[in-house]
Amino acid sequence: MKTATHPFQPERGALHVRRQIASVLAVALTTLFAGAAIFFLGYLIFYVARQGVSALNLNFFTKSPAPEGESGGGVLPAIEGTLIIVGIAAAIGVPLGIGTGIYLSEFARGRLAEFVRFMVDMLTGIPTIIFGLLIWTLIVVPEHHFSGLAGGFALSIIMIPTVSRATEEVLRLVPKDLREGSVALGATESRTILRVVVPAAKSGIITGVLLAVARVGGETAPLLMTAFGTNFARVNINRPMDALPLRVFVSTLSPFAPDRSIAFAGAFVLMLLVLVTSFAVRWATGGFKPRS
Amino acid sequence: MSIKVENLNAWYGKKQGLYDINLTIQPRSVTAMIGPSGCGKSTFVRCLNRMHEEVPNARVTGTVEVEGANIYDRSIRPMYVRRHIGMVFQQPNPLPSRSIFENVAIGARINGLAQGAELKELVERSLRGAALWDEVRDRLDAPSSALSGGQQQRLCIARAIAVEPKVLLMDEPCSALDPPSTLLIEELIAHLKERYTIVIVTHNMQQAARVADRTVFFLLGKLVEVAETGQLFSHPQQKETEDYITGRFG
Amino acid sequence: MQFLFSSVLAVGSGRGSAWIKQLQVQVRRPGDFLFRGVIYLFVLLVLCAVLGVAWVLLSNSLPTIKTFGLSFLTNEAFDPIHNTFGVRPAIFGTLETSLFAIIFAVPLGVGTAIFLVDFCPRALRAPLAFIVDLLAAIPSIVLGLWGAVVMVPWLQLSGQPWLQKYFGFLPFFQGSVHGFSILAAGLLLIVMILPIITAISREVMLVVPKSQREGLLALGATRWEVIRYAVLPFSRAGIAGGALLALGRALGETIAVTLVIGNQATKPSFSLFDTGYTLSSVIANQFGEATPGLFFSAVLEAGFLLLLITLITNILARLLISRLGRVGGLAA
Repeated sequence: MKTATHPFQPERGALHVRRQIASVLAVALTTLFAGAAIFFLGYLIFYVARQGVSALNLNFFTKSPAPEGESGGGVLPAIEGTLIIVGIAAAIGVPLGIGTGIYLSEFARGRLAEFVRFMVDMLTGIPTIIFGLLIWTLIVVPEHHFSGLAGGFALSIIMIPTVSRATEEVLRLVPKDLREGSVALGATESRTILRVVVPAAKSGIITGVLLAVARVGGETAPLLMTAFGTNFARVNINRPMDALPLRVFVSTLSPFAPDRSIAFAGAFVLMLLVLVTSFAVRWATGGFKPRS
Repeated sequence: MSIKVENLNAWYGKKQGLYDINLTIQPRSVTAMIGPSGCGKSTFVRCLNRMHEEVPNARVTGTVEVEGANIYDRSIRPMYVRRHIGMVFQQPNPLPSRSIFENVAIGARINGLAQGAELKELVERSLRGAALWDEVRDRLDAPSSALSGGQQQRLCIARAIAVEPKVLLMDEPCSALDPPSTLLIEELIAHLKERYTIVIVTHNMQQAARVADRTVFFLLGKLVEVAETGQLFSHPQQKETEDYITGRFG
Repeated sequence: MQFLFSSVLAVGSGRGSAWIKQLQVQVRRPGDFLFRGVIYLFVLLVLCAVLGVAWVLLSNSLPTIKTFGLSFLTNEAFDPIHNTFGVRPAIFGTLETSLFAIIFAVPLGVGTAIFLVDFCPRALRAPLAFIVDLLAAIPSIVLGLWGAVVMVPWLQLSGQPWLQKYFGFLPFFQGSVHGFSILAAGLLLIVMILPIITAISREVMLVVPKSQREGLLALGATRWEVIRYAVLPFSRAGIAGGALLALGRALGETIAVTLVIGNQATKPSFSLFDTGYTLSSVIANQFGEATPGLFFSAVLEAGFLLLLITLITNILARLLISRLGRVGGLAA
């Protein structure tokens, strides 16, 4: 039952209209913005996929790059190079990262911990080209040649903060009872950490490592000045080495159509790598549930 | 300004929180809702200004009639209901980054009630009405976070009455406050009822006995008993009421 | 046995991550010293990496610092023939592209965050937030490729002429149209930094207590008014911190920028259609030619300057964010 005289009516006049417009506008604009961002991502994925998938044939994975402008070439050196360079990076970066994470979670306290954590955080803020510049100055220039090894070093530094932070966060979550139980059984500190605490956090650490690997696998800038890239399928880490991002970069700069397809195919592979890893990590950490 | 509740049911998703509530609240009086935790008293009060709807998957059926209009009628928007049926919450919640003046003024600004000099007068009136004016008159520009808990709650009361509501709902307004502040606010309520219809939720029976004209006892989502406060506490009609009052549970 | 007992008691007193210090009463085998030693070594190496970056860059820049001093910042180009080096156009390009990106990415990012927190249907909130986060993971080379092959030609043929036709009275849209431009780089940067702003804004907005929103709702506010008066002011510092972090990212981006910015300096003007270059792209482009001596040192000084600006931006950002008590857990 309603009458015209009840008080729950909108105010007369301009204010009511303005409030309604503001409200509707806010919803419309923010939805538009979010929609644009999501639409762009979808468009990019589909565009790169469409352009790239056509070049993803057997040649792509098994051959070296063809001479200027010819088709039929592939990115074998780049694939091998990426695997090797990322492997080197992980071999260095993962232990250093996990070690730092263990330090921050288990050993450090007070000011020292803050300082180390701050330093590690600073690493994430440094542009990746700078790491390329660093290793170029320290290794490439004195040795007078580019090398896959130098590339590995550059990427390893980039991996450290991601691995360290993931490790630290996951180790902190390991319940105290586990550590106390181990100590009560007479285990030494190193045993406790290595055999009890870290394995309990295993999946979180692996997640962190996966994320770090996916991230550096797509990096171009640090490799430009260290591994430099090559057309040949040698696997000598002391010589210039190709990597997928570098190959895409070089192909992008080339004016020839076949190289264009190679570029998109390579980009598609990189994108797939990143998307699959992100999904896998989210799924593994149950992150599709809404946050409270 | 009387409130007539008929056949009110409320759900949180699948779970029902209120079962068929029927109640009439007298104008310009204080009505207290008492009952053990989870009995639905807060849910009920939140249905009176359509705040319950803000919970995801909330549902309400029944009618709540205020001044001849059912606030749940489809033609009425919640925001206009809430303007006239104000609410003070358990935790004082003034906007921390804003000044005392701004906090009181915000409702009036949003609803276009006053500007400039009129607004200043409105703020002063509201602060006086909340028994806070004397303590803050020379620091109206200070941030609200500079006030004590009891003062902040009075600030929230001032904010609520600044939009000139007909009804003031108070959801355990003193639970987070110390005894002196609680006493101050209880005294304030005694004054406020001259102008507003007040519905107060409290888990403290003594408080209900002190401030309320009528008291309602809720249990497990049902309205068990309502009576004039003195009557309810001295001669409860229902066994559950008597058990609760004498402390056998809750 | 007594040692173990007292150590268990000490552990049980609950002192957070320092619990292991309590174990000092415990038996320490040589394995423990080795383990600790290795861990400390690793941390030391990491610290060396951080400090080493600054040190190596700075020490190798000394020749140009000594030779040019502050004029390095105002000299026009890397000119090996005349042996003068300067980064004025590079700094200009870096700042212009990054500021352009921030100006647009902040409203877009905060708006997206508002949608994800308040207006989005509940069931879609987590999945859509995830999708926006995915945008941050796209490698910059992919965006650079798309930018160079799709966006730049489009800008040259349609986008920039249109802007010039309708807004050509503004100095930003004057000058010759190449496609490769500051504008192109700025647009790519918007895409790259938007997810950072959205993610951080979303996190800080989710932390706003429900009581703040309810207080305003109870006064009869609309949903937008609640956001405007309760949520946004509460999240101010965090959003600013997020914007600064995003700025840091934009300042340092190399690959996507260098593929679309043209890498040629023009006379200084306000036009967004100009080609240009940035500090990061100058490093990427010049390192190959760098002869030992001043040229080499110039490349390193450019790197050092870039390091300096990004570090300062990042420190400011983290200070702002940590003022809310939120540190860590943010996307790298």
